[in-house]
This record gives sequence, structure tokens and C-alpha cells, in this order.
Amino acid sequence: MRANSLMLLLASAALAAGCGGKPAPEEPAPQPTPAAAPAPAPAPADDSAERDRLDRERLAREAEERAKAVAADLAMMINFDYDQATVRQTDQATLDRKAAVLAANPNVKLQISGHADERGSDEYNLALGNRRAAAAKRYLENKGIDGSRLDVVSYGEERPLNPGHDEAAYAQNRRDEFQVTAGGDNLVAPQ
Amino acid sequence: MIRLLACVTALAVLAPLAPVRSTRAAAQDTSQVKEGVRVGVEYQPGVRPGLVVLPGAGLDSVRAIIRRDLDYSDRFEMITVADAPSGAGSSGVPGGAVNYGIYRALGASFGVELLEAPGGVTVRLHDVGASQVRNQQAFSLPPVTDPGFRLAVHRVGDEVARWATGTEGIAASRLLFVAGGRVYRVDSDGEDIVPLTPAGQTSLSPTWSPDGQRFAFTLLGAGRGGVMLQGIAGGAVQQAPGTAAGLNITPAFSPDGRLLAYAHSDESGTDVYLANIADRCCAQRLTVGRFADNLSPTFSPDGRRIAFVSTRAGPPQIYVMAADGTDQELLAPFDYGATGSSNAPEWSPDGANVVFHREVSGSPQLFVVSVAGRRVRQLTSSGRNEDPTWAPDGRHVTFVSDRSGRRQLWVIDLETGRVRQLDTPGAARLPAWSRRLSRTAVAP
Repeated sequence: MRANSLMLLLASAALAAGCGGKPAPEEPAPQPTPAAAPAPAPAPADDSAERDRLDRERLAREAEERAKAVAADLAMMINFDYDQATVRQTDQATLDRKAAVLAANPNVKLQISGHADERGSDEYNLALGNRRAAAAKRYLENKGIDGSRLDVVSYGEERPLNPGHDEAAYAQNRRDEFQVTAGGDNLVAPQ
Repeated sequence: MIRLLACVTALAVLAPLAPVRSTRAAAQDTSQVKEGVRVGVEYQPGVRPGLVVLPGAGLDSVRAIIRRDLDYSDRFEMITVADAPSGAGSSGVPGGAVNYGIYRALGASFGVELLEAPGGVTVRLHDVGASQVRNQQAFSLPPVTDPGFRLAVHRVGDEVARWATGTEGIAASRLLFVAGGRVYRVDSDGEDIVPLTPAGQTSLSPTWSPDGQRFAFTLLGAGRGGVMLQGIAGGAVQQAPGTAAGLNITPAFSPDGRLLAYAHSDESGTDVYLANIADRCCAQRLTVGRFADNLSPTFSPDGRRIAFVSTRAGPPQIYVMAADGTDQELLAPFDYGATGSSNAPEWSPDGANVVFHREVSGSPQLFVVSVAGRRVRQLTSSGRNEDPTWAPDGRHVTFVSDRSGRRQLWVIDLETGRVRQLDTPGAARLPAWSRRLSRTAVAP
């Protein structure tokens, strides 16, 4: 019993040292040095326990990857045409994925912040950003998401994503950002 | 060209006094104004009276401030006498003789003489044509080191302008503006810049209370913001009633200072509200947007009407309503699909006009619309020119322009088209001009 436990410990140490975040290859357990203890050869049962453990780790990693992908779906920005607050057709799929994730994760709350490019009046851009955030909220509500889970704020042109002064920068800066404000742990992928 | 040559010749004849006349311009924005050169072909001599500040001993800073105030009033042809040849200018002695003949020859109608007096300055306004003193008054001034010194001198300059033209000057006024998220104040001549809000915040849209004692502004937090009220001289920051939730922008005081109009944004849009700040209660909704934006309210001077921006017809345009929210109608006509967005309206102090900016070929330009006739007139045409604010005299407007390469504050005189820069460090925006600041409103 004691020897088996030691084996597992050694195996874990080797794994931890050897292979950072990559999928775990099925490495043979290292032979304990003779000086350590005259341990008996590993039993077949030990192999299966090890495989289970590695499987669990792999599954956990995969779940983490999936959660990351789900979180990325939630966070993906949408962009707007100049002085417009209408959700573009090309961004509807982005919002549809958010709606699906929100449906699968009923505890998640989102803050939607609207932004504008530097053209146009500074003050009007605050109202425009607000309208852009509200447009995304309405879209998600129409997809069945409870509005109380969606918070709307605006930064106008005060927080440009791209500090440039050309159309490419402006196009990036006309956007909605989405930030998870609650329920962001253990995200479940939509079915 | 011939006129210019003639002018130069005339100046050369009078070379001993080295006079330099300030610029004249046609009544539109002339962004390139050079000292000593008349710009524009519609120059009409004699429209503005010539004025010379007589050279003298002592009072250098007072003389410099008053001379600049009178120049910036744009009501005079300033005749600058670079040096004081003996016998040509002020004797510097009370009762000393002034050589009216030579100032008449320079084209001066007025001569301003400054004499040192105990605790201040004695000012004489000479009527050069009549060869006599027209006004004389002793003004007390605080020491130069006193924070109220410059404003006190500006008041003297404004009084001299009143003596000469019948209309008080605007030097004793200040502007608020935003730079790097902070609200600053600056004297009307661009001097004495003081921050009023802390660094590290995003403060926007400052506006003066009518008495000049405090200001309101939006404090933008995490995508939300309340309208805050703060004393110009400091003190506690109060949140305006009705502005605790959501995003609250573009505040404007009513002329009696009792009401505060502002725009409140939430997911149903942005609408104009009116709060009673005198009694700290009762925010009342004036517009119903239905997903359109209504913002940037500005009161008529009689307090009975409010001009504002609305997107009800698509792009933002300038509308007007009664102060209770009724009778909403278009103020500045536009061609649907052709006229650019219009924003940032401010009602003139005389009530006759509303100044605003409108996009022309992708750049904002200043416009005024006459309230009675609904006629729209364009004031600027090159570069970006936006966020105008009226001076107390209703003929000067400060605005934000990038004509120098970065966003800075500029002042335009709508009568002559002359522009000058208010030199601020860094990029400045969202200016707000005070009314004339009385003695009680003085705040260091």
C-alpha cells in the first residue's frame, strides 16, 4: 500500500515536471531507484488508476477549453456602422451564440458597454454608445434572454480600442463590449 | 493690395511712434490672422474707433492686461505705441498734458491713461477728437500676488470699454473646459488655468451656474455617470437629484439657477429631464424618445424655452420646446439625407440666436440659427470646429478647433471674424463660458 502511494506520488511529480499544459502522453511510470525502496513491481491495477487519473485531467482540460470557448463567445464584440446603432446582419450570429450561452448558463449576467469612434460630438457619442448597448440588449431579449441579466452602459468615445485616427481605427472603435459580471465560473457549452 | 500699401505708407510716415494696428477681417472666420496686416477685402475704415493705451511708467502688468482686454473686446482699432517718446504720450503725472494731436494723427478716437493711485489705479479715458478727458475713476486693486488680482483688473478693462462704447466688456469672465478628464477654469484672456476636479476621473460637460459660484458636470464612472454640482472655489461635490442611476449627461442651469436640465440615458434611450436643484427634488421628464436620443438642453435667457438635440428624424438635429416639454419643434432647418449631424446647441445671451455645430463633409463647423427667423448661417469652414459657447456679450464664441494641429480652444468674434487662441496645455474640449463675474463671484 505504502509503496503504491509512493509510486503515484513519483508519477505525479514526473508529470508535473515534464508536461506543462499539453495533453498528457501515456508515459511509463519511472522505475524507482534501488536506493529509495525495494518496492515490488507495479500491479496492473495501478496502471488503470493512473489512466483514470489522466483521463480525468484530460477531461478537466477539455472542459476548461470548452469553457474558454464559451467565455470567448460571450465576450466577442460586435461593431456598428458610422452613427448607427442597428445590429448588423453579420453580427447577428455573434449575438445568437451569446443568446445560446446565456440560455445554457442561467446564472450568467452580462454588462454591455457601447462605444463610439471619435468623430461626432463627444456628448452625443455617449448617447450613441448607450443606444448601441441597448440595441444588443434588445436583440438578446428578443432571443428569450431575461433583460434583468443584461446591464447597459456607455463610454461614448472615451475608451477607444484603437487610438488611430483613420477609418480602420474608427471601425474598431464603434463597438459593443460584453463583460460577464456574475456566474462566469463553470460555464457550460450550449447543447 | 493698394489699400495695404497705402496703409503701410501711412504707417511709415508716422514711424517715430512705431504704431501697429490690430487686424481687421471680413465678417467670417479667418483662421490666419497676422499682426499688423489687414485680412479681408471688405475693410471699412472707421467702423471701430481707434484706441491707444498711453504709455506710462509703472503699472506694467495692469497696463498689459487692460490693453489686451480692450484688444480682445474687438470693439476698437487698437493702436499700439511700442515706446514712449518724450512728450508724445502720457506725462505719467496727474494733470500732465496729453499730446492729442499726435494720437489724432494715428487715428485714435480714444486714449486710455493709467496712473498709479494708492491701493490701485486711476483710469482716464481721453476723447482724442475733443481733446478732453471723458471719464476718470479710481479703482482699488488687490496686490498682484492676490488670486483675485487679474479678475479685478479685467473689471477695470470692462468698465473702460463701457465708457467708450456704452457696452461693458467681457474680460471679467472665465471659461470651464475639459482636458484629460479634468475640468479646468481659465480667464477669458487665456491666463490663470486652474484645475477644479481631481486627476484620474473622467469629468465631462462642465457648465456654469448663472451666478458664477458653482458648476455642474458629468462624472463618468464605469459607463454610468451622475451630474455633479461643485463650487468654483471648491467644497463638497453634490449629486444632482434624479441622476443617481444610469448615465446623466449635458447639464444646463436655468437662468434663475433653480432648475437643472440634463439628459438621462438608459436602455430606452436618452431623454431630457428637468430637476429642481433649489429644492433638491422632482426630476421631471421633458422628452419621450422611444429609442431616439434627446440631449444637450440649453435654456433661452428668459427661461421659457429649451433648445436641444434630438435624433427623432434620424441624425441628430437642433429642436426647441417650451421649458415644460410641450410644443416641441424643429429649430434649425435641415435637408433630410443631405444635411450633416447637428449638435452642441447653446442659446445666445440676448436670446436671438442658437449656436451649434453641424457636420459638413465629415467635419463639424460652427453655425448659428436665428430663433425668430430660423435662418441658419455658417461661421467656419476649415478644419474641425465644434462645441461652441457664447461669451456674455453675445458676439464672441469660444469653440474647439484642430486648426493648430491639436484640439485647442479658440475665440471668434462674430462681428469681424477675428479668431484668437486660448492657449491651454494639452488637448482641450467642451468649453463653457461664464456670464460676467461679479465681485461676489470671485473665487481664487
